[in-house]
Amino acid sequence: MLQAGTLAPDFELNATPDQKLKLSELKGKRVVLAFYPADWSPVCADQMALYNETLKFFHKFNAELVGISVDSKWCHLAFSQDRRLHFPLLSDYEPKGAISKLYDVYDDAEGNCKRALFVLDEEGVIHWSFLSPVGINPGADGILNALEELSNVKNI
Amino acid sequence: MTVLKPSVSKLDHFQGNSEDPITLVEYGDYQCTSCGRAYLIVKKIQKQMGENLKFVFRNFPLENIHPKAIPAAIAAEAAAKQDKFWEMHDIIFENQVNLHENSFKNFAEQLGLEMAQFNKDIENEDVLQKIESDFEGGVKSGVNGTPAFFINGIHYNGSWEYTNLLEVLQLELKKEKVV
Repeated sequence: MLQAGTLAPDFELNATPDQKLKLSELKGKRVVLAFYPADWSPVCADQMALYNETLKFFHKFNAELVGISVDSKWCHLAFSQDRRLHFPLLSDYEPKGAISKLYDVYDDAEGNCKRALFVLDEEGVIHWSFLSPVGINPGADGILNALEELSNVKNI
Repeated sequence: MTVLKPSVSKLDHFQGNSEDPITLVEYGDYQCTSCGRAYLIVKKIQKQMGENLKFVFRNFPLENIHPKAIPAAIAAEAAAKQDKFWEMHDIIFENQVNLHENSFKNFAEQLGLEMAQFNKDIENEDVLQKIESDFEGGVKSGVNGTPAFFINGIHYNGSWEYTNLLEVLQLELKKEKVV
């Protein structure tokens, strides 16, 4: 996977059936990229449902969160409505997994993204990255630590 | 290995002897069905371990998927102001499958709470703040879903089925008794 210090490759993916989101549009903000294997995992331990509740903490650090998986934009729409998500889910659907491959977090055997996190600074440089075992929801503590570090660096 | 921050303090609701050798902390959501199952398991474990276990419950409501989670947590924290936290905690979990808008006031009446005070306390800013600070502490401690357990301050990732959890707790107890 791409490591800290690397400039995060730009991309443009569907965030809704009729809207695209380009990573570089988020310049000036910190960005959390959360690659995850698939929509519709069990609710109480679901990573996206958790991040939906921790968004307010990310926002405090001037960070935006985006989820990315290979699910289609229609699948994302249904999932997002069902879980009442307040952040975009990007569809790495066609060509399948192209962006995940660019970040080197694609699981060829399963045909979906690995469970990987990237925290980017305001300039789009990767400050922290983390690959979680696929069955384990990594929680939000690592992201918050990384965002806190970024704030401390900036204050020095 | 993630560690519980903040550690257990006077601000927490606990059952069992405060000097107990083993502390089990649960982060839970009153509307989460897994927590409903964990509630029964923890009860059984408490019975089995008796005075050797201190049990703490902290709030981790996922409000977007569980719209009753925060009202439930508020009811329990408000009941705590009349020393009925655990009674409210229990009655909510026991009726988890059919919670509705009036449930919490009904429970408060059933528990014999002073209703004027209860109605005031559920609007109290401190009550909501306690829930939010539980949640924030949970996130920072690496809670990734509910229920989440910490045994003596360390995040426990294993199975919390009765036999598994009991075995782990008893192992901890043995270790402490040796020391």
